Amino acid sequence: MSWSPIDTWICIIAILCAAACALPGCILVLRRMSLMGDAISHTVLPGIAIAFLVTGSREPTAMLIGAVIIGLLTAFLVQAIETIGRIETGAAIGIVFTVLFAIGLVLMRQAVDHVDIDPDCVLYGAVEFAYFDQVTIGSLSIPRAAIVNGVALLTNAAIILIFYKEFKITSFDPALARTQGILPNKMHYLLMTMTAATAVAAFETVGSILVIAMLIVPAATAYLLTDKYGAMFVLAIFIAIIAAIGGHISAVIIPPIFGFSGTSTAGAMAVVVGFLFLLAWLFSPKQGIAATAIRRIRVQQDIIRENILGLLWRLEDRRQEKNSVSFENVLRSSRRSINVALRQLQKLGCVYYDNARWQLTESGREQASLIIRSHRLWETYLDKHFPQDTHQLHQSAERLEHITTPQMQSRLGDAEIDPHGSEVPPSIDS
Amino acid sequence: MLPSVEQIWGVFILEDYNTRVVILGVMALGVAAGLVGTFLLLRKRALTADALSHATLPGITVAFMVMVAFGMQGKSMLGLMTGAFVFGCIGVLLILGIRRTTKLKDDAAIGIVLSVLFGLGLCLLRLATEMPSGNAAGLNGFIFGKAASMVASDTKVIASVALCTGFIVATLRKEFTALCFDENFGAVQGWPILRLDIVLMSLVAIVTVIALQSVGLVLAVAMLIVPAASARYWCTKIGSLLVVSAIIGCLGGWLGGVVSALVPRMPTGPVIVLVCGGWFIISFIFGPVNGIVARQWRIWRLNRRVAMQHILRAMYEVSSQREACDFESILKCRSWSRAKVKKLLSRLRKEKYATKTKDHWALTTSGAREAVRVVRNHRLWEVYLINYADIAPNHVDRDADMIEHVLGSSMVQKLEALLGSDKIPSSPHPLGVSS
Repeated sequence: MSWSPIDTWICIIAILCAAACALPGCILVLRRMSLMGDAISHTVLPGIAIAFLVTGSREPTAMLIGAVIIGLLTAFLVQAIETIGRIETGAAIGIVFTVLFAIGLVLMRQAVDHVDIDPDCVLYGAVEFAYFDQVTIGSLSIPRAAIVNGVALLTNAAIILIFYKEFKITSFDPALARTQGILPNKMHYLLMTMTAATAVAAFETVGSILVIAMLIVPAATAYLLTDKYGAMFVLAIFIAIIAAIGGHISAVIIPPIFGFSGTSTAGAMAVVVGFLFLLAWLFSPKQGIAATAIRRIRVQQDIIRENILGLLWRLEDRRQEKNSVSFENVLRSSRRSINVALRQLQKLGCVYYDNARWQLTESGREQASLIIRSHRLWETYLDKHFPQDTHQLHQSAERLEHITTPQMQSRLGDAEIDPHGSEVPPSIDS
Repeated sequence: MLPSVEQIWGVFILEDYNTRVVILGVMALGVAAGLVGTFLLLRKRALTADALSHATLPGITVAFMVMVAFGMQGKSMLGLMTGAFVFGCIGVLLILGIRRTTKLKDDAAIGIVLSVLFGLGLCLLRLATEMPSGNAAGLNGFIFGKAASMVASDTKVIASVALCTGFIVATLRKEFTALCFDENFGAVQGWPILRLDIVLMSLVAIVTVIALQSVGLVLAVAMLIVPAASARYWCTKIGSLLVVSAIIGCLGGWLGGVVSALVPRMPTGPVIVLVCGGWFIISFIFGPVNGIVARQWRIWRLNRRVAMQHILRAMYEVSSQREACDFESILKCRSWSRAKVKKLLSRLRKEKYATKTKDHWALTTSGAREAVRVVRNHRLWEVYLINYADIAPNHVDRDADMIEHVLGSSMVQKLEALLGSDKIPSSPHPLGVSS
């Protein structure tokens, strides 16, 4: 498989299309309205079919107007069924878009003699053939799809820059927006218009259903990677670009390895962007599954270390010379995590191994006594303010001792004997 | 080119074998989808089912490729359906996973799973058509549905699935109801909520899978939600919802099948969805429960009753202050238009609540009785607000104005007991200036 100028143009068209979709997609995801994007991209079909039937040609302006009108109608009907008909949003969306899509299919089938539009194109788009439909501007000959999607991208960027603040406020706090004199409903319909127009532009390139992938997935991926409103747009565009290039490359390069000639670029774009989402889902630095798991393990290890210190301190306190207890049974943790924790403590100079048992060093004893102090002060405090039986008291204190800061400790009082009758170790200063 | 009467009759009595196979199949599908859809809708998972149906595409193609690779008949319906079912379930699990482990909400999770898996399906479909053996040409029939390709064995499968669905739904009706309305209640009853949820979503997946061939995966979700949503406008009890929804689904399948058999170039799947959509519009407008007409009728009746009570009270108050109750003084009681007062007065006369002599209006006995009742309600509430809610006397009129129309007799008795009054209290504020 060799790379040709056609492939370059396909990539450019795909990039423009994906980036144009990603912009309104960000707002859709933030407003939890992704499925309106889904509905509108489906209802582009009846819009285009009606425009075909009315004008009898593939006039782009007519197509655009038809699709935008039906897109707005979709948004309006969903709102009406939801509020007047008292049906939840999801179901309202499902009813409206399936019925309109069915109308589109029937119309297309009826009009099959008059116009050349074929259901496969609705699904796949025709980015592979977009290169051959060229327009000449001055001395340049450019594929029409590149211009269409480029214009869509620029328009969307302009709208979002102009209404940057308005979209932000209406997305996060519609009530505040109203008090500022911004009508949330107006922004809603502006967004719907933008989505419908973008979907028409992208329709011929990636097909009606994959428009959803380009609208939602880059935005959702960006949302997992950042907490900033502005950064989300930039990231989403960046992800869309990677998906477009990666999509085309994998569509023409991977299948030949297995003996196939190639696959649909639009489909591959959806798969690649899905793969990027998966990566973000797993490895996002703050919110990814991996990061969360690591954080959880760290906290667990912190707690096990503190528990070991506390246990050793208690053993020492009771003067049980024979260290016969097994850590696993008392601490209810696995042997492996206890061994890791002990090694960490040894490295920190808190414990040492001697006489076939683990013992506290001086600094270890100091830390341990602080933990025990927290524990026993909590027991005293809870006993005083929330009387409960002693076992529960111990359980609650067991949890609280790990999250007690020195300031908190100083405010828990200075009892000397806890409710079980044990002595509270003194704080370090005294 | 209209079909002849004989043709129409022939389709109606399912004369033609092929038509019979298709129509009976989609009718059974309509019943199954209607039953499961009711619970799907109540569980607020309508669009999860949409993602599920889109996610079946890679399942179908993967099943096809695997079967061809192992030298089997690639189009074995059972194999394709199994693949579709497995991927549908994977799709649902992915949605639940994204929702639970990220800050993304349901909508984004559904959109992601739907579009990415569908894209994967399209890629694989393109590859499948190039496979050396096996003929993948019919596979994309599952996208928009191809009812004409249904054979008797398919209809039998659909009918038996519908039967099983009906049986499961009937057995687990109570448990599913709890699952949809109050999970915690079900859990307290000791029912395995998670397992019930899995059963419900599996039923949804199965119904979606059997809908693929006739309706297609893009529109399969319509079969599940549109009949169920329409049923919501006709009844409120879960049992009747199930029955009505199944009937609407069944009729949708039948009528859609008939139309597409009679009219040329009418694809069966979309037509069935359109028929169901038509049912929805009819229900939305004319349904007795929350339908537009029913609701407007109720609002209109209430407004009419309120207006009548207003004019009765106005007349009572005017005539209690002066002798003459003429048009102008009634007009001054509230901010209402001349035309409205005229209309209301003529309605009073028609219902024999008031009589007119020259320019003077007077209440008849029955009119006076009704007026006394309304005024009394109004003033009792005013006194109550002043005494018990500490509201200033010149502020109570408006509140009482709203409540007077809805005070029931038991409420009035309570007020009487509380205020120790069985006469009409005098108005705590000057009359005739109220707005």
